[in-house]
Amino acid sequence: MIKVENLKKNYGSLEVLKNINLTVEEGEKLVIIGPSGSGKSTLIRCMNYLEEPTAGEVYINDQLMTKKNRGEMARKYSSMVFQQFNLYPHMTVLQNLTLAPIKLQKVPKKEAEATAMKYLERVGLADKAGAYPQNLSGGQQQRVAIARALCTKQKLILFDEPTSALDPEMVQEVLDVMVGLSKENITMVCVTHEMGFARQVADRVIFMDGGYIVEEGTPEHFFTNPENERTKAFLSKILH
Amino acid sequence: MEVLPEEYIPGFIMTLKVALAGLLLALALGVIFGMLSTVKVKVLNVIARIYVEFFQNTPLVVQVFFYYNCLPFVIGGRVPKFIIGVIGVGIYHGAYISEVIRTGIEAVPRGQFDAAYSQGFTYIQTMRYIILPQTLKMIMPPLANQALNLVKNTSVLAMIAGMDLMYHADSWGSDLGYFVQAYLPCALLYFVICFPIAKLSRYLEIRAKRTPVPKKMKGVA
Repeated sequence: MIKVENLKKNYGSLEVLKNINLTVEEGEKLVIIGPSGSGKSTLIRCMNYLEEPTAGEVYINDQLMTKKNRGEMARKYSSMVFQQFNLYPHMTVLQNLTLAPIKLQKVPKKEAEATAMKYLERVGLADKAGAYPQNLSGGQQQRVAIARALCTKQKLILFDEPTSALDPEMVQEVLDVMVGLSKENITMVCVTHEMGFARQVADRVIFMDGGYIVEEGTPEHFFTNPENERTKAFLSKILH
Repeated sequence: MEVLPEEYIPGFIMTLKVALAGLLLALALGVIFGMLSTVKVKVLNVIARIYVEFFQNTPLVVQVFFYYNCLPFVIGGRVPKFIIGVIGVGIYHGAYISEVIRTGIEAVPRGQFDAAYSQGFTYIQTMRYIILPQTLKMIMPPLANQALNLVKNTSVLAMIAGMDLMYHADSWGSDLGYFVQAYLPCALLYFVICFPIAKLSRYLEIRAKRTPVPKKMKGVA
């Protein structure tokens, strides 16, 4: 589904990603963990070209991604859920969900709305269709954002720290939705600090530090016997 | 004597026409140059910058005199006063509106672009469906302010015998020597146009700060 080859990303003289090689299979649930500044958000943002790599290639379904085709690739294959939700504040929940299907995928309005209601029900917010993002709590906004990502029916969803901006008591409602999602044949790439979630849904976990992938393996491997010293140190700080 | 000399009527209409057409031109220029100054293309930013700085930092009167006296040589023909008025206030306020729109676009959080691009919207679609509607809500108050100033600034036309409200008021007053009787109703007529715009600006400012009320959904929920 995704192939990342020799990926490098610099901001001026700062090297954020140094040499990343990574393959994600179709239907795989990949969790990326690592300390702040390790480059994990930059990596996931390179996967849909929100950040343009300084060097190296990203392939989605064997198609090379470029600055030119990134819109087309996004329309075809991927959607994203952000830390700050990024719902469109001037639109109702229903309009947020149907904008891309109607304008980009040319789905008839009635059909797009029916699909949107189906996914809203799934995230437990069917009664909020007419609300504006400002009327909702953080957890509700993020669930709407997930529903929005589902409405375009792509095979790949990128999650960039989806629970990091939430009040602690709202984290679970969002994670529950994501766990539900993980049972489907959707490829999920998720940057997160939620180790419980990683353990529960990940097929594979990668640990990043200093712009490199330091260690990768099954959640089993990671949480029972990590090999790398840096990984051990990181995990010992966040697992209690 | 009459309260409102009848020469004022064509003048008032001329002022209205210049203001309306000038506002349309200013909005068009403002949107174009406002967007040019926010895209990530250096050349376009520079072009927008030059336009804004030049027209903001030279007096409107100089610009209008230039169009009146120099433009005929450049294009080789007479330019109607109406057109001079429209391009005069249009280009001048276009520069200000461009700045209003630039700051409005920059005030929309970066994440909105991310969300739109992640869904596959092009730059133009992102602007049209996602960024500009949010910008518009924020910039309506300063935009109304610009419209108000534009109306008042159409009065520079009087200096080139532009047949506008101020010109008629001045010529009527000078002919008869009734300056107070000439200028007061003239001011009042400008006030009649501008005061509602000022009120509108205030209303839009309050409305922009309000939290939206959830819509009642029929049939879907």
